[in-house]
Amino acid sequence: MTKSELIARVSTANPHLLQRDIERIVTTIFEEITDALAMGNRVELRGFGAFSVKRRASRIGRNPRTGEAVDVSEKFIPYFKTGKQLREKLNA
Amino acid sequence: MAGTTITRAQLSEAVYQEVGLSRNESSELLELVLSYITDSLSKGEAVKISSFGSFSVRQKGERIGRNPKTGEKVPILPRKVLVFRPSQALKDRINSGNSSDS
Repeated sequence: MTKSELIARVSTANPHLLQRDIERIVTTIFEEITDALAMGNRVELRGFGAFSVKRRASRIGRNPRTGEAVDVSEKFIPYFKTGKQLREKLNA
Repeated sequence: MAGTTITRAQLSEAVYQEVGLSRNESSELLELVLSYITDSLSKGEAVKISSFGSFSVRQKGERIGRNPKTGEKVPILPRKVLVFRPSQALKDRINSGNSSDS
């Protein structure tokens, strides 16, 4: 399922709403999660899962082709931990 | 602001602010979005949200684990796990947001 298919499904279930508004709603949800993570916050959706940010320390990497040492600076990566209910549904 | 946990309440508030629907309807729509994602995934179908990331289901085989306390061998049954792959856009946003305050 893609984002546009998701919007279409929500739209079918809510014929009284404009598709344009549903698009804004779905976009808002993911933008809100993105903003929270960009500020270093965590997003917890009970039963679904939690989004958080993990820090990767700077390290000395190597160019695999030349073997040359390269500095890889510290970075932050988004992480998702599946919620208990969702995990159970996947295995039901 | 860093270190705060955002929940359904803040997400549905954001939806409420964005479109002129009632708070009740806003939170129902958020729930609906989450349930459609859950349904798709439980059918084994991947969910791709452009400029955010994709969720996919991976099948894990059976393996022998060990109880770390007793050292006893325990079979870990085959199961399905969810994998979230953030999009490049999300990774970029997170790095530009977090590196500035450290």
